[in-house]
Amino acid sequence: MWVIGFGVVLPVLVPIAALVIRVAGAGGEVWDTLATGRTFTLLVRSIVFTAAVTASAAAVGVAAAWLIVRSDIAGKRTWTVLVSLPLVIPSYVLALSLLSFFGGRGLFADVTGVALPSISGGFGAWLALTLSTYPYVFLVTRAALRNVDPSHEEAARSLGAGPLRAFRTVVLPQVRPAVAAGSLLAALYTLSDFGAVSLMGFDVFTRVIYAQYQGRLDRTPAAVLALVLIVLALVIVWAEQRSRGRAAYFAARTKRQAPTVALTRRWRVAAYCGLGGLVTAALVLPVGVLVAWLARGLAGGQVIDMRWGAVVGSIAGSIAAALLAMAAALPVVVLAVRHQSRASRWLHRAVYVVFSLPHITVALAVVFFAANYLGGLYQSFTLLVLVYAALFLAQATSAGEATLLQVNPNLEEASRGLGKGAWATLRRITFPLMWKGLLAGGVLVFLTTMKELPATLLLRPTGFDTLAVRIWSTTNDLFYARAAAPALLLLLASAVPMYLLVIRPRRLP
Amino acid sequence: MIRRALVTAVCVGLLATACGGSDATLTIYSGRSEELVAPLIEQFTEATGIAVEVRYGDSAELAATILEEGRNTPADVFFAQDPASLGAVKLANLFATFGDEIMTQVPEAFSDVDNRWVGVSGRARVVVYDTTKIDPATLPSTEDGFTDPEWAGRVAIAPTNGSFLAFVAAKILLDGDDATREWLRGMAANGAPTYPSNSVIVAAVDDGEVDAGLVNHYYLFRRIAEEGDSVVAANHFFTGGGAGSLVMPAGVGVLDGTDRAADAAQFVFFLLSAPAQRYFAEETFEYPLVEGVEANPDLPPLDSLNPPELSLSDLATVLDRATDLVAEAGLL
Repeated sequence: MWVIGFGVVLPVLVPIAALVIRVAGAGGEVWDTLATGRTFTLLVRSIVFTAAVTASAAAVGVAAAWLIVRSDIAGKRTWTVLVSLPLVIPSYVLALSLLSFFGGRGLFADVTGVALPSISGGFGAWLALTLSTYPYVFLVTRAALRNVDPSHEEAARSLGAGPLRAFRTVVLPQVRPAVAAGSLLAALYTLSDFGAVSLMGFDVFTRVIYAQYQGRLDRTPAAVLALVLIVLALVIVWAEQRSRGRAAYFAARTKRQAPTVALTRRWRVAAYCGLGGLVTAALVLPVGVLVAWLARGLAGGQVIDMRWGAVVGSIAGSIAAALLAMAAALPVVVLAVRHQSRASRWLHRAVYVVFSLPHITVALAVVFFAANYLGGLYQSFTLLVLVYAALFLAQATSAGEATLLQVNPNLEEASRGLGKGAWATLRRITFPLMWKGLLAGGVLVFLTTMKELPATLLLRPTGFDTLAVRIWSTTNDLFYARAAAPALLLLLASAVPMYLLVIRPRRLP
Repeated sequence: MIRRALVTAVCVGLLATACGGSDATLTIYSGRSEELVAPLIEQFTEATGIAVEVRYGDSAELAATILEEGRNTPADVFFAQDPASLGAVKLANLFATFGDEIMTQVPEAFSDVDNRWVGVSGRARVVVYDTTKIDPATLPSTEDGFTDPEWAGRVAIAPTNGSFLAFVAAKILLDGDDATREWLRGMAANGAPTYPSNSVIVAAVDDGEVDAGLVNHYYLFRRIAEEGDSVVAANHFFTGGGAGSLVMPAGVGVLDGTDRAADAAQFVFFLLSAPAQRYFAEETFEYPLVEGVEANPDLPPLDSLNPPELSLSDLATVLDRATDLVAEAGLL
């Protein structure tokens, strides 16, 4: 079991170690890259940008969660689904739809003849990423708000605090760990995002690393910048762990739901406008713009060259990654939950660290390593799937853990007591009891792999195509109509499992 | 138990089928876009029966990939759109040497001096300009004139584009580091608008968004093919023999370590054959480089362009320097 557990994260960890050695061996050139003012600017810009997106995503996510859980607006179930659904829209598709709506060649200008100002650059990237990351904060905060003990808030209100003040001083501190966890996901997503910032032409680490990789013959600068970005991601994870360690958890002591807060008429209108605007910007606009471009392309006689190879590639890669991640998650979960030790904690930590690494850096490390040392696996489907599975293993394990924690260990002990070996017990008792959790995790891995772009771009086998790659390759020349069909297909393919996950209220990572 | 066995079986099956080697086909790394090359490859396979697998990417990216892979590269052929990328592979000694039967088909100026790669089609650097706003007589005689305040904010560039970087590399070889740095700073100070690609610049000029831009010659013809006579943009060729007059051949080389040398050579011959050269002339509006195939009649003749005298492979030695200077000037 240890072999499988560590075996799955090794395809990522070993190349990164090799990357460190390679960069260390490059000597003076490393310093040349690091010492330029440009690297410093890049660092500051990436940090400020990540902070800005995280702050706005947290504000939007918390506000939406509070309105839906605690206020007396109508249609809460529908709002929950609508507000969560943008989770299936990859950031680069959102960026693409924003770009293709605004600007001189945008849909708006095309239809009305009036050109809206272009949205590319830092503002566009911020908007696209805020709209793609707020659902993480929303989902986690919503779950936490539902579990909050209402008596504290009632006490505050009875002592004369207004609803806003009670929320700020009493409710918010209680859901703070949840907001922090959701914000961490949003921050890591933003720091790792490659597609949206590239389409928007906004230079943060990921875009510059790819530009250096693509445009330079010497790849040392790309490797150096990748290591800096890895360190930055690890610092964020570490900081969140620290803040979580000090935060107090307020366990729900009662099943009683807090009463809803009656909004005044004016606030209610504002709430509907806010939620409606959010859903319009994050869901209706992107899908609508894509559909409109597709229709215009078709009407204009453009042949929609639908490459089924890309569809097959996306689905085959995602299914293989999901299956492999599920198979690997089983030992990781069993070891972490049932055989706690220093080693199992390290394995668990390694899985989460790999999950938090920006894909462009992982892909770069794997390309270097495989080209030099893994002749047969280099540019193979196998290697791509191994990397997918390692990157997203944390999603499968977190879902598996949640289920296994609910399984009474006495069942397994009874099996062992009746003379069955460890392997037979795992096969006949543990696995049948937790496979549904693993399956939910597998669905998540499938979803995430479908959207994956940078690792796929760098690691795909010659001739292998995915929908994400197809969208990417049509956007450089602003062929919006051509990108619309694969983008819509991608949304469709990921919306189905996503819908099941949201409709069946299940813990999302 | 059955479920787990099933999962494992599917897993192993998927991985095993995907592992199948690709030794049976000719592997081409193509720095030219799929849109452009795929129809040609189909013709090649139809004509010769040789199955081909193509890895598409940026020319410099694929060159760096080959350098990384070294002798183990899966590529048999490298088809690139700029001489700098071909030069990089040549300078790493990874190309086989072509014989006269290939090299003599193309004018010497458009191939490697040591016969490691051969030019296939020519691409000239030009100024695309809006004919409703600019009288071509007022255009400067070299790119250096565009740093003049008169052109402030009016001349677009695509700083991440491979052709632009090859042009900057040529300028470094011809005029030196300092002059190139000064020119790039001058363009930045002049507020030159930046675009993601050449085709977007041409569209922007034609739409009246910007007055002029530094691009390759053929994007305009693609625009005309799509939009018809309504196009108001036109090309201006610098013929002074400086970096602005650069004619960059797209070219092809065969990897030294290939075990499919005969098939690879067939592909090179195919690219130099009349049907392929006609394809470049008619479909992509490039200059065919093999004698006997005429360029588009709307183009000035190739021998009137007066490109600078350079050993094209040497562009590779300053390509990264070009990227650095562009970044230093704040254009990236």
